[in-house]
Amino acid sequence: MVPITTIHYLVVAAALFVLGVIGVLTRRNVVVILMSIELILNAVNLNLVAFSRMWGNLHGQVFSIFITVDAAAEAAAGLGILIAFFRNKETVNVDEIDLLKW
Amino acid sequence: MFFLNHIYLIPLFPAFGAAIMFFFGRKLQKTTVDAVCVGAIVVAFLFACFTAVEYTHFAHGTGQPFEKIVYTWLGSGDGHLNFTKRDGTLASFNADAGFLLDPLSSIWLLFVTGVGMLIHIYSTGYMAHEGGYYRFFGYMNLFMFSMLTLILANNYILLFVGWEGVGLCSYLLIGFYFHRNSASTAANKAFIVNRIGDAGFILGALTLSWYLGSFRFADINTLARSGHFAIGDPVLTAAALLLFVGACGKSAQIPLYIWLPDAMEGPTPVSALIHAATMVTAGVYMVARSNAVFILAPTAMKTVAIVGALTAVFAASIGLVQNDIKRVLAYSTVSQLGYMFLALGVGAFAAGVFHVFTHAFFKALLFLGSGSVIHAMSGEQDMRNMGDLRRRIPTTHWTMFVATLAIAGIFPFAGFFSKDEILWQTWASEGGAYRILWFVGYATALMTAFYMFRLMYLTFYSPSRMSHEVEHHVHESPKSMTVPLVILAICSIGAGWLSWPHSLGGSANFEKFLEPVFAHEAVVLQEEGKSGQLAAGKKEAEHTDKTEYVLMFLSLAAAGVGWGMARSAYLTARKDYPEPIAQKSPRLFNVLYNKWFVDEGYDYIFTGRRKLGKVRLGAMGAGEAASWFDAKVIDGVVNDVGWVARAVATLSTWSDKWIIDGLGVNGPAILARMISYPARLLEWGLVQWYALVMVAGLLGFGVYYVWK
Repeated sequence: MVPITTIHYLVVAAALFVLGVIGVLTRRNVVVILMSIELILNAVNLNLVAFSRMWGNLHGQVFSIFITVDAAAEAAAGLGILIAFFRNKETVNVDEIDLLKW
Repeated sequence: MFFLNHIYLIPLFPAFGAAIMFFFGRKLQKTTVDAVCVGAIVVAFLFACFTAVEYTHFAHGTGQPFEKIVYTWLGSGDGHLNFTKRDGTLASFNADAGFLLDPLSSIWLLFVTGVGMLIHIYSTGYMAHEGGYYRFFGYMNLFMFSMLTLILANNYILLFVGWEGVGLCSYLLIGFYFHRNSASTAANKAFIVNRIGDAGFILGALTLSWYLGSFRFADINTLARSGHFAIGDPVLTAAALLLFVGACGKSAQIPLYIWLPDAMEGPTPVSALIHAATMVTAGVYMVARSNAVFILAPTAMKTVAIVGALTAVFAASIGLVQNDIKRVLAYSTVSQLGYMFLALGVGAFAAGVFHVFTHAFFKALLFLGSGSVIHAMSGEQDMRNMGDLRRRIPTTHWTMFVATLAIAGIFPFAGFFSKDEILWQTWASEGGAYRILWFVGYATALMTAFYMFRLMYLTFYSPSRMSHEVEHHVHESPKSMTVPLVILAICSIGAGWLSWPHSLGGSANFEKFLEPVFAHEAVVLQEEGKSGQLAAGKKEAEHTDKTEYVLMFLSLAAAGVGWGMARSAYLTARKDYPEPIAQKSPRLFNVLYNKWFVDEGYDYIFTGRRKLGKVRLGAMGAGEAASWFDAKVIDGVVNDVGWVARAVATLSTWSDKWIIDGLGVNGPAILARMISYPARLLEWGLVQWYALVMVAGLLGFGVYYVWK
């Protein structure tokens, strides 16, 4: 059994990150984009926790708690904006949200 | 003093009658109309008589004027209506509803109300079978109101109100038979010609007030007599001449006399009242009223005298050959008015006024008599179709005969005294400078006798030329018409005796009565070194001059010669009788018969009825030419200038639109826009595109650092 080292965590985190980025760039639904951002943030969390384990201290874990809180706040604000926007435009597709151009 | 203090009531009586006729006349019975309208004049006449009596007590023979100002009519004492006088000082515009009674206006007051009353009574008979009875009497009363306002006014503005009022009533009454085209054109002619005169009058009055600062006769007389103004003062001369233009219009003098003969289209009592006895003497009254101004303007006086004399002889010459009985009398009126102005012009104001006074009676009588003749002849006015009326209408005959003797100047009828006085004054005044005018006046006297006796012989004496139907209906007029004739006949005999001349043992009371009004003028004339006929003492001396007897005899002889010539020519005039003038000189007859072609001449010069090819002649032609000039030349230039401005504006618009806006403003904008297209592609609104760019950038940086 190969021991699970830091590098394994990093690979999984990188995969998650790429999945999140691809989701942000390709999906039209804002809800899904927000979920993809959660993936990116969780990939970062995984990195932090992995390095925390590697160095044997709790700094990384503390940061990951912060990021989780931040992600929750961000999701709340994002969904609030989204609902306000849906009331005006009756859509949540990001390619139709193009008022701020030029 | 009751009557003097209520003098303003005199014009108000007829005004009341006119108002009743205006509002209720249509519904009233003829007897009611008679009672109101004739009654108003009778009351006015009685009131005027009492007023005159009170005035003689008031004046005590000094001729002191009585002035009653009822209220301030125009302007105000507190100087709200100021105007700048010629000398630069301020004067306040002021015209009162004020009444002035002095010897001059009291004479006019008495004969206007007196003759007016008789003519109103006469009209009740003459107009009895006419339509518009109440309308006629309403106009007549309105006329009396205006005339009395004119006479009693104490300033030029109120006088002008009366002046316009009589003009209006003259117009209304000339056009009384408005369904006849000739009557309505004659009314228009009278009104329009009078407008010319009125313009002169109002300009004259304004000039006087501009110079002297007042419209009041009393103020103007005081100032004019104060000695501050030189004899021949140019402004006063201009004012006097302008006033005389007004007098020419109203009193039918050359060149504005043309309306009066046509005015005979009105009913005969109107001709008697307005166009013979009263209104046409308004010009004489106004000039006599302004005597203080005229006497300072010798040029104006000379003009008045010459115009008067020329009018007298000119109108008389036309009267010689007219066939319409009323037209003969109309030209006679113009001629006699000429005499009056001749008298005024030579400074014999009192003689002129005296002739107005006597003329009012005998000319009113002649017109009323002719009305009676026309009435008897069932409306026929052509003397060629009359004759032998002497026994059929005896009262009319003898009263008209008296009037004819009076106007011809036979002793001792009224006309003799007044006409003789005028001729004598013309002969003697200004050291004889006017003797040529005396000859003119003398010739007129001869013509007057001729045409008047021609009228008498053709109408009353010569064999009948009437058609059988007319002859059958001939009848004497009713009492209401003959009684005024008789009263006027008595006046035509007696009126002259009021001024029985000194040379015949009389005392010339009439002139003495008027003397205070004109006394100063005598002094001026004397100071001028002229003979000063009016100066009382000298006058008496000269009146006993042998020359006067010679002149008197000469004018009697002229009257006699005229009478004789008319008798021999017309006493036996049968149908198609020959006119003596036509036999002697057919061309002269033609000219006279056509009134010297003056109306035709005016058509060429003024009215624009004549055309030369397509071009209209006369004042109207000048107007049309001016209109053409305005439309074609002035407007053409205006339009050309406009066209140029428009072309420049078009160019300017084009350059603004394409050059300034195009190159200067829109050009850079378009350029910026073109550059903006590629720049815009960077931010085209798709959030994920921005994110992709960010990721690509991060990757780029990542690769760069790793590679390096």
